[in-house]
Amino acid sequence: MSAGTAKLNVTVAEVKPINDLVTRFKFVRTGGGDLPTFSGGAHTVVEMQDGDITRLNAYSLMSNPADRGAYTISVRRDDQGRGGSKFMHTRVIEGMEMVISNPVNLFSLDLRAKKHLMLAGGIGITPFMAQMHQLSMMDGHFELHYSVRTASLGTYAKELSERYPGKVHIYHDDQNEAIDLKTLLANQPLGTHVYVCGPKGMIEWVHGTAEAMGWPREAVHSEEFLAPASGKPFEVKCAVSNKIVQVGEHQSLLEALEAAGIDAPYLCRGGACGQCETNVIGYDGKFLHYDHWLTDEQKAGGKHIMPCVSRFEGKTLVLDR
Amino acid sequence: MTIQFNDETFRGDFTFRNSEWAIKRFPFPFHEDSYMYSVNMEPHTSYRPGSVFERTFDVDEHYVSEMKDRAQVLADDPLRCQSLPHMTLAGWDLVELIMEAKAREYPDLFELHKNGNRWRWVNKPLGIDDTFTFLDESTLPYGPMEYITRQTQGDFALLDQRDDNLWMDAGMVTTQADWSLDFDIGMNFFEWHAPVPKAHEMGIFVRALKFLLNIQQGQPARRLNWTMTVNPLLDTSPENYHKWGEMKQDLTLENMGSKQHLRVELQTFFRLPRSNALVFPIRCYLISFGDLVTVPKWGRRLHRVIRDLPEELATYKGFIDNRPMMVEWLSQYDDGSPTSDGIWPDDD
Amino acid sequence: MSKTEFPPSIKSRPVYGELEPRAGSGHLMIADAEGAEAILGLAKSVDPGFWAKTHIIYIPKKTGTKYSSQLEQLGAGQYYCGPSYEAAQSRIRRALQNCHMGTQVYLTGTESLMGQAMHEAVTAGIPHTAIQTEHRGSTARRMQCVHCKGITEDVTTDPFECSHCGLSLFVRDHYSRRIAAFQGVRVDAEDPGNIPEKVELFK
Ligand code: HEM
Ligand code: FES
Repeated sequence: MSAGTAKLNVTVAEVKPINDLVTRFKFVRTGGGDLPTFSGGAHTVVEMQDGDITRLNAYSLMSNPADRGAYTISVRRDDQGRGGSKFMHTRVIEGMEMVISNPVNLFSLDLRAKKHLMLAGGIGITPFMAQMHQLSMMDGHFELHYSVRTASLGTYAKELSERYPGKVHIYHDDQNEAIDLKTLLANQPLGTHVYVCGPKGMIEWVHGTAEAMGWPREAVHSEEFLAPASGKPFEVKCAVSNKIVQVGEHQSLLEALEAAGIDAPYLCRGGACGQCETNVIGYDGKFLHYDHWLTDEQKAGGKHIMPCVSRFEGKTLVLDR
Repeated sequence: MTIQFNDETFRGDFTFRNSEWAIKRFPFPFHEDSYMYSVNMEPHTSYRPGSVFERTFDVDEHYVSEMKDRAQVLADDPLRCQSLPHMTLAGWDLVELIMEAKAREYPDLFELHKNGNRWRWVNKPLGIDDTFTFLDESTLPYGPMEYITRQTQGDFALLDQRDDNLWMDAGMVTTQADWSLDFDIGMNFFEWHAPVPKAHEMGIFVRALKFLLNIQQGQPARRLNWTMTVNPLLDTSPENYHKWGEMKQDLTLENMGSKQHLRVELQTFFRLPRSNALVFPIRCYLISFGDLVTVPKWGRRLHRVIRDLPEELATYKGFIDNRPMMVEWLSQYDDGSPTSDGIWPDDD
Repeated sequence: MSKTEFPPSIKSRPVYGELEPRAGSGHLMIADAEGAEAILGLAKSVDPGFWAKTHIIYIPKKTGTKYSSQLEQLGAGQYYCGPSYEAAQSRIRRALQNCHMGTQVYLTGTESLMGQAMHEAVTAGIPHTAIQTEHRGSTARRMQCVHCKGITEDVTTDPFECSHCGLSLFVRDHYSRRIAAFQGVRVDAEDPGNIPEKVELFK
């Protein structure tokens, strides 16, 4: 099958700063018409034409999944990042035409759950916003615990508290409020599923605490988009296409393959979905595996790499592309 | 295109027949002279006008009679259609997928008129004209999956996706090649495939599952599978095995051409948008050996495939005892000349 | 009698492990017959506080009083010894209602008991992979007749007669967690009356 996902041509209908760090973008179909429905937790990959570079970043859809008129996403500015969020904040304006992917869901609700317990940190709130829309339409049983730095940086905290009274609990770091995870996890009825989206540390904390308290692995769900790490430039030989490709410091291997016109599959661009898995034909050097997909054995085996996030340091790397 | 629907039976007197048109468009499953399991999947894109690959959900001359047969199977055994409670949303996704596709691709047969969530569905061949509220079960005579699959040819499995696996949590299964929904419902991809020989060891299911987990909205896929059935019987279920198993003994060299049927399943895979589930339609096409060998390439090739098929596969597919006779009969249609690549008849 | 080793089989056939104490807010143990040995074995390696948070539901079947007093002496917070699975079923359901996420479930004994209790726990909301099992004792099977849907317990031969419709069925390894049974299919479907000799496969 061909690489990537089906594309949608959209027009930016609204750019709305929410606070100092977060801006919201609304997309409608260029030329009118409905967008595809999606399920809560889905993301879209936004293509950004930044001069010669095409940047592709995944953002969770936060609007009501039943609303086919528009999609909205929220982007947190990351000055240390590779430039995708900065591009969104500084270059994207209303009326601009962009290309985004069909929705893809790697963080879906377990619809068997008798209760959905949602834990959000910072901008990790966005997938839950779509999920709460979906659950409230289906009379689903949910509860949100949302940790923010300060009230003014508490993206959507106020409106969520108003929209779902009694179901939303906000914790402010600057007031030394924190989610009392142990107490929360101790008293949940059988059939509860926990979902966490936020910084890496928070995700690890939830998984670790739940496991120590005897929670089944299948009842704890998380989503973490890895931004591709920057690193030393390196060179790859692509055996199938017979090309030598240079991977720049701030470029992922996947981006470099794409820039060289090589057909490379992907879905999440964040090391989670497995779609970009590529066979290694030969190497002399060391892999920097950053993905969540390959097993530790596979990572040690030197036969596979996930080009969307992982890198290489050394003399030669030959890929089956 | 207007389809002339047959009035025919798939049981009792077995009046099922394929027209000239249906024979020419039959999805012959062998692209070469031998067969082994493989991860044979390709995008489900429209292909070869007139072929069964042209439309999202193919409708053919057997439509009305197949739906009557399904209604009879369900009346006899309602357990052939089941949905675990969390699959209702996926059922609605399926209603939308099928209604939109059929109304778009067969406007002379089906109409869908939407006014917000108020939908009117017109199915002319079956004489149905229903108005209902989308996502409100109380406005349909059956659950959403049952409602639409009583009006669509082929079996359907709805797969919930979780824990990096697919779970068969709902289905409408009345034209199956000897497996039981009632028994398999709730199983995961490896469990319901457990009885299949060889394919696990070949790594086929691991790779197939990875592919399926990544199927995206708007990018369906398809594959073909096949088996053999004596008499044009759609309902070869394990539940009724004690009723149809005996028929295999009735096969003779004299009645082979009319009784023995090649049974081909066109299997497709669609991501469902609201539920993030997958739907797996399994559309069954039957062709008698007599009709099949009217296409010389198919006759030659089928002879070679059946003759050389590994024993485990012939056993699993249930024709090991009749194979020698089938090969003998088919050999009359194989002059040993080469066959062209691909599944299509040679242009003559 | 120690943990049973089963021959390699197909992927729907359950595989059983060895019970080990796991961290959790409570422990629900359901056992029949020789399953008691697995619990007594696990008792050697638990912390002192373990039993207070534990509920044992035990069905001795043919073992009579062989294990029941030893089990009772473990000092579980709740101990129940009952005559049959059917009799214990409503208690199992009630016990699950009181459980919270983090409760550990331990099943041991025959496949029939483990399968049925697993079904209850899964229905209550515990993923099946989080439930521990250990096989002890009889390998007799719980079979579903694919034709009439009736369940025949304690099947030891292949073929066997369905206790509901009377057809002779062969014993498949295909297993349904939802039904908690293996599948039985008419053995003489293609050649009625030609029923092979019964072989004792399970004890
Ligand atoms: C997710 C959708 C699928 C469903 C619901 C499904 C279901 C089934 C079922 C119920 C059987 C019968 C097993 C039995 O004997 O009890 C079967 C057989 C089989 N399936 Fe699938 N299947 C799916 C996808 C696939 C895919 C993607 C492959 C790709 C290789 C595959 C390969 C096979 C094969 C080779 C057999 C044996 C068929 C024969 O020899 O007649 N299946 N499938
Ligand atoms: S694209 Fe998803 S893992 Fe690389």
